[in-house]
Amino acid sequence: MENPVKVDPINSLNDFVIKFANVNGTGSASANQMFAKSIFRMGIPISPKNIFPSNIQGLPTWFEVRVNNKGYLGSRGGVDIAVAMNPQTYSQDIEEISEGGYLLYDSTWKRNFNRDDITIIEIPLTQLCVDSFTNAKQRALFKNIAYVGALSPLLEIEYEVLEKLISEQFVSKPALIEPNIKALNIGRDYVLKNLPYPLGINVKREDKLKNKILVSGNDACGLGAVYGGATFCSWYPITPSTSVAEGFEKYASKYRIDSQTEKNNYISVQAEDELAAIGMAIGANWNGARGFTATSGPGISLMSEFLGLAYFAEVPLVIFNIQRGGPSTGMPTRTQQSDILSCAYASHGDTKHVLLFPEDPQECFEFSAEAFNLAERLQTPVFVISDLDIGMNDWVTDKFEWDDNQKYDRGKVLKAEDLDNMDNFGRYLDVDDDGICYRTYPGTHPEKGAFFTRGTSHDEYARYTENGDINEQTLTRLVKKFRTASELVPDPIINLSEKQGSSGVIFYGSTSAAMYEAKDILNENNIEVDLMRIRSFPFNLDVWEFIENHDLIYVIEQNRDSQMRTLIMAEGGISAEKLRSLVWFNGDPIQAKFIAKKIYERESQQALMT
Amino acid sequence: MSYFKPINKHPNLEKNKLGLTRRDYEGGVSTLCAGCGHDSISACIIEACFRLNIEAYKVAKLSGIGCSSKAPAYFLNASHGFNSVHGRMPSIATGANCANEDLLYLGVSGDGDSASIGIGQFIHAIRRQVNMVYFVENNGTYGLTKGQFSATNDLESKNKYGEDNLFPPIDLTSMAIQMGASYVARSFSGDRDQLVPLIMGAIQHKGFALLDIISPCVTFNNHDSSTKSYDYIRNHNEAMGKTDFVPLGEEIKTNYDEGSSVEVKLHDGSRLSLEKTDNNFDPTDAGNSLDLIREKNKEGKIITGLLYVDNKCKSLTEIMDLPDKPLNTLEQDELCPGSEILEEINKSLS
Repeated sequence: MENPVKVDPINSLNDFVIKFANVNGTGSASANQMFAKSIFRMGIPISPKNIFPSNIQGLPTWFEVRVNNKGYLGSRGGVDIAVAMNPQTYSQDIEEISEGGYLLYDSTWKRNFNRDDITIIEIPLTQLCVDSFTNAKQRALFKNIAYVGALSPLLEIEYEVLEKLISEQFVSKPALIEPNIKALNIGRDYVLKNLPYPLGINVKREDKLKNKILVSGNDACGLGAVYGGATFCSWYPITPSTSVAEGFEKYASKYRIDSQTEKNNYISVQAEDELAAIGMAIGANWNGARGFTATSGPGISLMSEFLGLAYFAEVPLVIFNIQRGGPSTGMPTRTQQSDILSCAYASHGDTKHVLLFPEDPQECFEFSAEAFNLAERLQTPVFVISDLDIGMNDWVTDKFEWDDNQKYDRGKVLKAEDLDNMDNFGRYLDVDDDGICYRTYPGTHPEKGAFFTRGTSHDEYARYTENGDINEQTLTRLVKKFRTASELVPDPIINLSEKQGSSGVIFYGSTSAAMYEAKDILNENNIEVDLMRIRSFPFNLDVWEFIENHDLIYVIEQNRDSQMRTLIMAEGGISAEKLRSLVWFNGDPIQAKFIAKKIYERESQQALMT
Repeated sequence: MSYFKPINKHPNLEKNKLGLTRRDYEGGVSTLCAGCGHDSISACIIEACFRLNIEAYKVAKLSGIGCSSKAPAYFLNASHGFNSVHGRMPSIATGANCANEDLLYLGVSGDGDSASIGIGQFIHAIRRQVNMVYFVENNGTYGLTKGQFSATNDLESKNKYGEDNLFPPIDLTSMAIQMGASYVARSFSGDRDQLVPLIMGAIQHKGFALLDIISPCVTFNNHDSSTKSYDYIRNHNEAMGKTDFVPLGEEIKTNYDEGSSVEVKLHDGSRLSLEKTDNNFDPTDAGNSLDLIREKNKEGKIITGLLYVDNKCKSLTEIMDLPDKPLNTLEQDELCPGSEILEEINKSLS
């Protein structure tokens, strides 16, 4: 610590942001995750975020961890400690450190940084690893573990926790435990011998994470699909959705192997493109297997043709859309909520689709499993709409729960004996007056129940027709079915303040974490707001009632065009003046400060000082 | 519209082993043009299913878009059908097949569907060895949109308006062999004697079976300058041999001389007998097959018959190690790991 510090160093316990700057492809990810998990294991809420390029090796990548004992999981903004391991980005990384913050860098190559208001911690990581390891690959890799080791005394991370994480991580490769622990100690010992510790910023064990787990949204979606009974997955690789299919495969290959035959009670097909991916899932569902596909915005565009077919021919289907930055190829490794309209009305002609908006991995799990019930009950595509922020980052979330008494809803499917007992089967007869008709799986009955599934206009018996009145009836019935859907999809979560006449706030998905924090900031500044978190489309009566009961509603979302607001206006005939759009679309996760500031300014007509 | 109903004369109403007549395998009234080759193919499918004692309700008929893709409505009324979107039938068939391999999958497509818009899906269904019979009712034209060239048109051929085709054709049979199709045959919609046994063989085959069937379009591509017209095919067809299909457990009755016939055993033990016209031709050697197709193409001939068969291949569901019990019959207790395991998973994530 050679630089004289002219500003008081930040002092903070269990509340700070640390950012690791690395080069991608150098093995930093697992070291950074170990760091995050160690804090989690100490019972302190964290929210790690990967900020990575669309690239395999050599470009800058960052890993940011917000440690926050109040449990705020949204992005905070600002950096209190930078671990700068990438000289390419030094200038940017050092510039964004807050006044009084800390910089740790690899001082094998010493640098002078033009900041006299931060504490600079110099550790010759490369040199230390070169001295301790002979293998070139190990020298490079263990640099990462060494800085985690150094952070242990600096931040007072319990060393035993780190050691345990290493032995857990390499439980199947025990030979790797010893060198990893050695690397950990290289960093730790250097600090213990050469540097003052701890820093003003540090951590101390708490007990805030009972019944919490640390998991990514995509992993949770994949697991939810296993629990929801999906047997068929077809997908095409695309960031950030690929890990949904991988999550499904990971859990299915463990928990879906037939105990007697040892065969796979599931299949995952990597398709040749998104068109084939969705086509296969439709084929499987048509045949009575629960099937899904996972994609992101560009894939939704490609799948639109088939989505219209599944909608019109009424074939169940589950689609995971893990949104990224658009339009076009856009920002493949950044986050947005910008596919709301393209999913709600995907495909040509009059179409509308059921959308579910999980806010975190726990809800990803729950909605993923439930999506299969809804798709089969409603015989239509159901989207689980997540995003890169939820999907590819680990979140502290409520542990997963499953009620063993809950039975799958396989929807209106006629078996052979049902067909025997009826004279008049028509695939598209609205027998129950809810817009949902009865279907049969191929191969059910030797004489009855066969029909022709088609994307062309059809009558109640699935026969081709060019009679416009009949087609109009079909399209009208589909609207009725959509109304039925609004009664089955998850309700909004409404949180009313005690003050009458408060403004309303509508938000959904990954905006939630920032919104909860923003609400607290607003309350501290004497602004009350009523919250409604939308969890699905079509909107039900609760949604319309909330809108009816408020004169002014902020609609907060992560896209340019305020797509949810447009959807609400279009579906409910709500006036534009009533819904105030508040958007954030730079590709980073939305921040509470931004939301609070905008609402405060509008509500109080003055600026918010934070 | 022809109101042609494939095979509607059954004077003695012969019955098969299931006690069914050919009439039981019929479909709706065809709305294709009178004389359309596709209707003849539908009749051959009916005949093949009748002879093989197929239970129609255990068949799934799938198609894309185009004249050919209408055909599944005109055979096997008791089967479920799926008329999907243009060029995308192979993906529907792949998913359906994985969900339940107990059904027989008959995919009906055309040259626009398979050689143009859907060529990617076509190739990948072959590559994955989806267990299905894939018919290309190949008429070398876009009929429904009134006579544009398709990708299987010969370079020198003309369309109905006398315009030259400027681009070379895609030969679906050689492409399919290269992509790994395990049963590849070409025939002509007007050659019932050849086509029926080829369909029967394809049905019994396990893996991807392609039937590329030249099927003249009477309205847009049956003129003198077309290479897919009835007259042209009759004059240029070089049948590679006579094929006879012998179902499992039946006595072999072939008309061929013992020495000049080749027998191919299919997965289920049934056999295809092939009359040899050329002692060098062996339909189980892909190199031979490709050479033969190329040679005949050079001579301006269309080689028909069973061109390639690999009876040792593994189908998609075998490759993926799926259970014998179809995925679509698995119940919740076989699918859902339950709360205890979820608790273990929770622990691993904390």
